[in-house]
Amino acid sequence: MNSSLNLLVGLAMGLNLLALGSSRLPALIGTVAAQGVVLGVMPFLIETHFEWLVALVAAGTIIGKGFVIPALLRRAMRAASIEREVEPSIGFVPSLLLGAGGTIAAVALARALPLLPEHAGSLLVPGALASVLTGFVLLIGRSKAISQVCGYLILENGIYLFGLLLIRATPLLVEAGILLDLTVGVFVLGIIVDRIQRAFDSLDTRKLTVLRE
Amino acid sequence: MNALLLIVVPLAGAALAAVWPGERSRPWLLPAAGAVHTLVAFWLLVRPPAAAPDAWLAYDPLARAVLPAVSLLFLVCAAYGVSYLRVRTERPSRVFVASLLAVLGLLSAGHLARHLGVLWIATEGVTLAAVPLIHFNGTARAFEATWKYLLVGGTGIALSLFGSFCLGYASLHGGGAGDLTFTALMQQGSELSRPWVLSAWVLLLVGYGTKMGLAPMHTWKPDAYGEAPGIVGALLAGGVTTVAFTALLRVRAVVAAAGAGAIADRSLLAIGLFSMIVAALFLLGTRDFKRMLAYSSVEHMGILTLGAALGAAGVWAALFHVWGNSLTKGALFLGAGNLHRAAGGRTMDDVRGMAALAPRSAALFVAGMFAVTACPPFGPFFSELRVVRAAFDTHHGLAAAVFLGCLLFAFFGLTRLVFAIVDGRPRAAAQATARRFPETPSIVLPPLALLAFSLWLGLATPAVLRDTWTAAVAQLYPAP
Repeated sequence: MNSSLNLLVGLAMGLNLLALGSSRLPALIGTVAAQGVVLGVMPFLIETHFEWLVALVAAGTIIGKGFVIPALLRRAMRAASIEREVEPSIGFVPSLLLGAGGTIAAVALARALPLLPEHAGSLLVPGALASVLTGFVLLIGRSKAISQVCGYLILENGIYLFGLLLIRATPLLVEAGILLDLTVGVFVLGIIVDRIQRAFDSLDTRKLTVLRE
Repeated sequence: MNALLLIVVPLAGAALAAVWPGERSRPWLLPAAGAVHTLVAFWLLVRPPAAAPDAWLAYDPLARAVLPAVSLLFLVCAAYGVSYLRVRTERPSRVFVASLLAVLGLLSAGHLARHLGVLWIATEGVTLAAVPLIHFNGTARAFEATWKYLLVGGTGIALSLFGSFCLGYASLHGGGAGDLTFTALMQQGSELSRPWVLSAWVLLLVGYGTKMGLAPMHTWKPDAYGEAPGIVGALLAGGVTTVAFTALLRVRAVVAAAGAGAIADRSLLAIGLFSMIVAALFLLGTRDFKRMLAYSSVEHMGILTLGAALGAAGVWAALFHVWGNSLTKGALFLGAGNLHRAAGGRTMDDVRGMAALAPRSAALFVAGMFAVTACPPFGPFFSELRVVRAAFDTHHGLAAAVFLGCLLFAFFGLTRLVFAIVDGRPRAAAQATARRFPETPSIVLPPLALLAFSLWLGLATPAVLRDTWTAAVAQLYPAP
């Protein structure tokens, strides 16, 4: 079970790098959606016997991260009829180097943190740290609102990966509440994107510079 | 009486506001729910309910020590909100009223939360419920402020979730059974895995620090406070920041129980002083009086954080300062809203002579400015004095010196800007605007009431509040 889970975490880490290298918005959104589906499958591999709660978390993740949010992002992109280029403020090669360096650092850092015996050898912690770092690079290094939302989603995916370590121990309420809240958070972000476009006719956050000292 | 009423009443009010048909009568739901909330909060402050130690939501001493201040602030803002929404009839009030009440309910939940996960859910809920409030004005600038608020605040809230997970794993690694109430975590104490506790502390400090608006995570604050209506600014600066501060206090107690209290205090000291320095520098430079209030809020968050770093006496002073900050800052935001409407501008370049155009609001604003810069006999003076004394008692002489220096620079910055807009000859165009928004008692009395509360707090701090602060400190620093 651990090796197949590690395979999926590795896949998610690969998708991080793919997201950093994407130069077109639809590709970026597709990558994030794929990562969401990969993440949603993981709870089934952790719980060996079928449990309603875990199934609910998994189904919610797949539907939310894999389909609903990407569909919203695509809608916002079409509604704004913006160009499909990503327009990075940190170039693709530096982003990829940052992402790769971050992944290596995440693996090294994860070694310093003590794990329970049943989690030993799991890639969940380095995967989580690498995704959070990737999310930050996208948040800082991309200027379009939609690519920043994608960065936020990858950041959130990293936190979800870490949460999988706790899925057995934490009670139902927290687990369900967390999933709902994060999804709603991004949903609101999507609505805001919609409104920004009406007010500015552009999704370029570099133009959001009226308010400064 | 059940403390859960503090959460249920505002949320029910929010649901009612969402379906209420009358556009003119809807704003009255704000003071109605606010009055019930204040009544319950103060009643239970005087007669504390017995709480089960493992309860997820309870009106424990720490909640009692700060939530009544937020409740009082909300009630006054709600009274102001009725007349404010009457002036702003061009914007539909349904979402605004419902969101305000939802913010109050979720704020109460955040204060009452004794469980790591519940605390996070409540904070996240407050963050999302405040979004429609910030873009109430519907201008392009308001959208820009909302976008920055969501992006920075959303990242902060995500990091605090990550930190909560790390703390959960620290408990699991130390043999815990997955009970994430603060009581259980503190009982585990040194069994908590130290590397995970430290990771959790860093992430939670950054996460909840972002919600508080500590520098360098304060970047959303000037925009959001500047573009949101004054009543929203008052609630963000006096209520939302408070819930993040109590969250940090609760987490700090767990970290201290795990044996890393010294590290936590040092980091709080550093980030608190840094916030004060950044705020003082920006206060010297800003020309916009609503953004000025945001930087002043960053400064006061620095004071709270510094107090929290200085041991039991410092935390006591910080809890005192929460009251002073909420009430005084509320008066300033409401006064600034009045001036903004009457002048039709926000910077010292296009606003002057407000003492002639809106004499009552201008006088209030000046008095509030003196209160917030810790001039006696207002509340903040006495709480900041106690912070300084706690700093000397714990041999943090340098920190006290930096603290006093920052207060002085902040005083220069605030007086420079406030007198620039109050004095002088009013612009001709502004006189027509001021006539359109006359100073009715309904917009002057609420900020006046908040200032009076701040004065009362300084001159005669009620014994029940002092006792509650002492009990809250005892809760955070349990006797070994």
